[in-house]
Amino acid sequence: MPLTTAMPTQPNLPSTHWRAGMPSARKRYSYAFLDEGAKREIRRKLLKAVAIPGCQVSFGSREMPIARGWGTGGLQLTLSLIGPDDVLKVIDQGSDDSVNAVNIKKFVRNVTGVPLTTDTRVATLIQTRHRIPEEPLHANQLLVFQVPIPEPLRLVEPSERKTRRMHAEADYSRMWLYLYEDIVRFNEITVGARYPVMVNGRHLMDPSPIPRWDVARLNQSEALLLFCAGREKRIYAIPAHTDVEPLSFEDFAFRVENFHGHCCSRCGCAGSFLDEVIVDESGRRTFICSDTAYCEKMRRRGAAADAAQEENR
Amino acid sequence: MKPILQVSGLTKRYGPGCPECLRRTGALHETNQCPHCRSIIACREITFDLFPGEVLGIVGESGSGKSTVVRLLHFDDEPTQGEFRIKLNGSAGAACNPDPGRNLFALGAFERRQIRNAHMGIVYQNARMGLRLKVSAGGNIAERLLMAGWRHVGQMRQRAAELLIATEVPVLRIDEPPQHFSGGMQQRVQIAKALSTRPAVLLLDEVTTGLDVSVQARVLDLIRSLQQETGVATIVVSHDLGVIRLLTSRTIVMRHGCIVEQGLSDQILEDPQHPYTQLLVNSML
Ligand SMILES: Nc1ncnc2c1ncn2[C@@H]1O[C@H](COP(=O)(O)OP(=O)(O)OP(=O)(O)O)[C@@H](O)[C@H]1O
Ligand SMILES: [Mg+2]
Ligand SMILES: [Zn+2]
Ligand SMILES: [Zn+2]
Repeated sequence: MPLTTAMPTQPNLPSTHWRAGMPSARKRYSYAFLDEGAKREIRRKLLKAVAIPGCQVSFGSREMPIARGWGTGGLQLTLSLIGPDDVLKVIDQGSDDSVNAVNIKKFVRNVTGVPLTTDTRVATLIQTRHRIPEEPLHANQLLVFQVPIPEPLRLVEPSERKTRRMHAEADYSRMWLYLYEDIVRFNEITVGARYPVMVNGRHLMDPSPIPRWDVARLNQSEALLLFCAGREKRIYAIPAHTDVEPLSFEDFAFRVENFHGHCCSRCGCAGSFLDEVIVDESGRRTFICSDTAYCEKMRRRGAAADAAQEENR
Repeated sequence: MKPILQVSGLTKRYGPGCPECLRRTGALHETNQCPHCRSIIACREITFDLFPGEVLGIVGESGSGKSTVVRLLHFDDEPTQGEFRIKLNGSAGAACNPDPGRNLFALGAFERRQIRNAHMGIVYQNARMGLRLKVSAGGNIAERLLMAGWRHVGQMRQRAAELLIATEVPVLRIDEPPQHFSGGMQQRVQIAKALSTRPAVLLLDEVTTGLDVSVQARVLDLIRSLQQETGVATIVVSHDLGVIRLLTSRTIVMRHGCIVEQGLSDQILEDPQHPYTQLLVNSML
């Protein structure tokens, strides 16, 4: 594929006129930590990834001041794309407050000065590990996934040379066979996280360890979805409005997690992805939204509605 | 009748090659290795037709290039030279039905895979080559069906069970991996797998070599009856003239990568022309 070295023209990519607002206190680093060469390489590889939805593109991964396996891939994408007009949100398993999410957020703010938010609607760039925010994304947002293992075929084929050939020839029968054997043995597909998906009817892709609940939401996304594995040096992408289909059989349909009618015990909503948690020493369990910011929003909304009802009485 | 397969000028060299290779190897030179550059000419200028419903034998001593020919026809390996055409019933030009004029070796890997998955079945001498020994017998058959685009688990299991019955493998063992099966049973599973998609062409490479004599006879009987039932055009590779006699109607004799004689199997066995074939036939008696 011919690569252009021009700046991305994708409407989804945020503006990169960062020099305008560059604060002097951060002069020890280039804006957004990475040198311009590294950013340019990543953006160029991103263009290729967007042009071939679901296809893994390798890039020269840089050393990051956080340990590999803690989102260095996602962080490099974020740093290559972010500009002073951006508002950043970082979540880890749905939570804005986990140590990992907070560390990444603080680091990016220190090297860019961009404002942070927990509100999905306000964010322009969201970096995530293991979840997609509950609130629907829109066309002016970027979602950056941290990916531990980018190769969906690794499960069935250890050799990189062979998996490459399989992708080149769209030969995914080994993955299908794996699912078939799963059904024969357990009468269902037991693959939980990292559920393999077909992107644009052509490339098999690892959606990163998100729940099936979120796998179903990759299809026809409004926002550009970007994936990056730092350790394995791979980038891939799902452009907006792309078909994403989880592998399934005619007689064994893909199913998302079932919460059997449970609601969130904090905000009371049904229809969000729930975590089961132990609430006291007796081992009593309850369900709460995995997306903490969404839960908080719903809780406040509920409280406001209650208050309004009070007043009307 | 029009041939279903047409092979012409098929040549495979292993090694760098040099201008001497073809002149200094072959049956006349009693070697397949070029004395100048040490390349192996595993097969050279192999030309033959295979007709619908026919069983064609390829016989020859170890190293004569029989497996190479079959591997090339199954696209397991790239030929150095040669052309390969396939003529199927139904509308040419459809996804898996190439124009009969097209040289299949000139197609891309993806198209060749499609054609192979849709129209060819192969059984190797070594079950390790043709089966995933740790995947269930049913799964091995399903893999071929999956390659051909099947996406219904129930239908695939149904088809696998039918084939295991046809190849006389106990259906109760459908979910067991073939690694613990006997050699004869592994070959039966390979045959079931090869036939699962009702291929137009079946390639059998030394299918019974290495099996006990009594087991050999039963597997050969099975192949003969399945071939007659399905009418699949078949190429049988063997160094055993007994197998050739039992299964084939026409035979190619290979030596040092060359075809040295070809004709009706009965005639070749009764009245061999080439000295090498005479040696083969006499040593069988
Ligand atoms: N991958 C390879 N690299 C180099 N030489 C090879 C390779 N494969 C086969 N050969 C050589 O090609 C020649 C033909 O081999 P082939 O396996 O086709 O013989 P065959 O007739 O099937 O013999 P057998 O009866 O022992 O199976 C042999 O000399 C073999 O050593
Ligand atoms: Mg052989
Ligand atoms: Zn909630
Ligand atoms: Zn030579």
